[in-house]
Amino acid sequence: MSVTSAVSSDYNSGVSNVPIEHQFNPYSDNGGTVLGIAGEDFAILAGDTRHTTGYSINSRYEPKVFSVGDELLITANGFAADGDALVKRFRNQLKWYHFDHKKNLTIKSAARFIQHLLYGKRFFPYYVHTIIAGLDEEGKGAVYSFDPVGSYEREQCRAGGGAASLIMPFLDNQVNFKNQMDPDSNGTAKKELKYLKLDEVISLVRDAFSSATERHINVGDGLEILIVTKDGVRTEYYPLKKD
Amino acid sequence: MNHGPYDWGRPSDDTYGAYNHQIAAANNSQFPKMNTQQPIVTGTSVIAVKYQDGIVLAADNLGSYGSLARFSDIERLLPVGDSTIVGISGDISDLQQIERILDDLQVQDSYDMEKPNLKPEHVHEYLSRVFYNRRSKMDPLWNSTIVAGLSSTNELVLKYADLLGVTYSSPAIATGFGAHLAIPLLRRKVETEEDASKLTEEEAVELVRNCMKVLFYRDARSIDKYSLAVISQSRKKIDIHKGLRCEDMKWEFAKHIRGYGAPQL
Repeated sequence: MSVTSAVSSDYNSGVSNVPIEHQFNPYSDNGGTVLGIAGEDFAILAGDTRHTTGYSINSRYEPKVFSVGDELLITANGFAADGDALVKRFRNQLKWYHFDHKKNLTIKSAARFIQHLLYGKRFFPYYVHTIIAGLDEEGKGAVYSFDPVGSYEREQCRAGGGAASLIMPFLDNQVNFKNQMDPDSNGTAKKELKYLKLDEVISLVRDAFSSATERHINVGDGLEILIVTKDGVRTEYYPLKKD
Repeated sequence: MNHGPYDWGRPSDDTYGAYNHQIAAANNSQFPKMNTQQPIVTGTSVIAVKYQDGIVLAADNLGSYGSLARFSDIERLLPVGDSTIVGISGDISDLQQIERILDDLQVQDSYDMEKPNLKPEHVHEYLSRVFYNRRSKMDPLWNSTIVAGLSSTNELVLKYADLLGVTYSSPAIATGFGAHLAIPLLRRKVETEEDASKLTEEEAVELVRNCMKVLFYRDARSIDKYSLAVISQSRKKIDIHKGLRCEDMKWEFAKHIRGYGAPQL
């Protein structure tokens, strides 16, 4: 015999007996936050290195931003098992792409491919915010960001994961100059857009992460920044607060 | 179409009649297929820490049936190949299933290779994929595991994998209650890889044994009998000590124990 309860609501006046069941939850949140910014001739993809479940810190150094070859950076932040599975599938297919076509995968094609990987699980989604970064066919920095089911867009910058809502408005202001006016125009003209330099971007990212660390419990321990330029991929590590 | 919030999008019963559940029940049974919904007989925490020359790993010997201490000689540290230990907590029948899966893996490996080639990084990858595939079928193996050993390049491997397929690596890892009770004690000595490289084998064993004692004091589903594995890089060897006991415990009336409760003169 099963435990049942009479459920009715504003939407459903018919009283039906639905058993109350405890179901296995196939998802969890492993915290962390990620951030991608595109410059004129470079792109960066950064993420903190803390890995959590609930209030427990599982690891202080578990990288989640990867350089997968072809000067492509990828991260899938959210439910770590899905993130790892997505990156593994991408890496595997990239290998086959090289065997089959003997050429590098462009970031444009990588983005479309990831849409298909994500949408392929539309009805049991990968619970992740995916961001890829690299250089486009003209050598300009490119960042593409995805929602869990594959909708995507090319952008100048995007924050994802736990502290995305803390970092994104800061980026809107500092990268895309939102709500900034040209100081000489006496408040009549918007500040003109321009590409940021790499060292400016690095200091923006460091500020964004140290601020997010202060205000978000699942962000901290370390910051790993992967930088892609025409000369290849480089990694920088900066410690964050461990509390 | 049914527009009620509970069955939205399903064909409405008025038009199509009630759904015949026999159709989807491929097992042709009267009941739908049943998967593990909850663990039954369980094992509590597994703890592990790195030291300068290897890894120390421990898990107690209790199999709990809810709050009943049902079995007292369950071995939860499994050697896999000659350079890996897998410590398993959670459901014991799923532990035994994993034992068989890993045994098959070893047999397969011994057919393919002339000498043992199964290393902890392979075992961890395999095990985490088994977990992830089972969770994706909504039929999980209800365990949290720690895989420890010496890799193909004789480096230390210490990694975690659980029923969701979540994995991570850290110089100090604990499952279950150990994540709350033992991790703070372990991290006090080993916060980073650098700290681990300064810890001696004797210190590491003492640290882990102290954690097992604290777990026995505070975890109601634990027992004072446990197994402890020492993985040594320089000796290229794994020793499993079985039937160890928690020692030097104080069970006097709390008021008379120094360092417990209000400070005493």
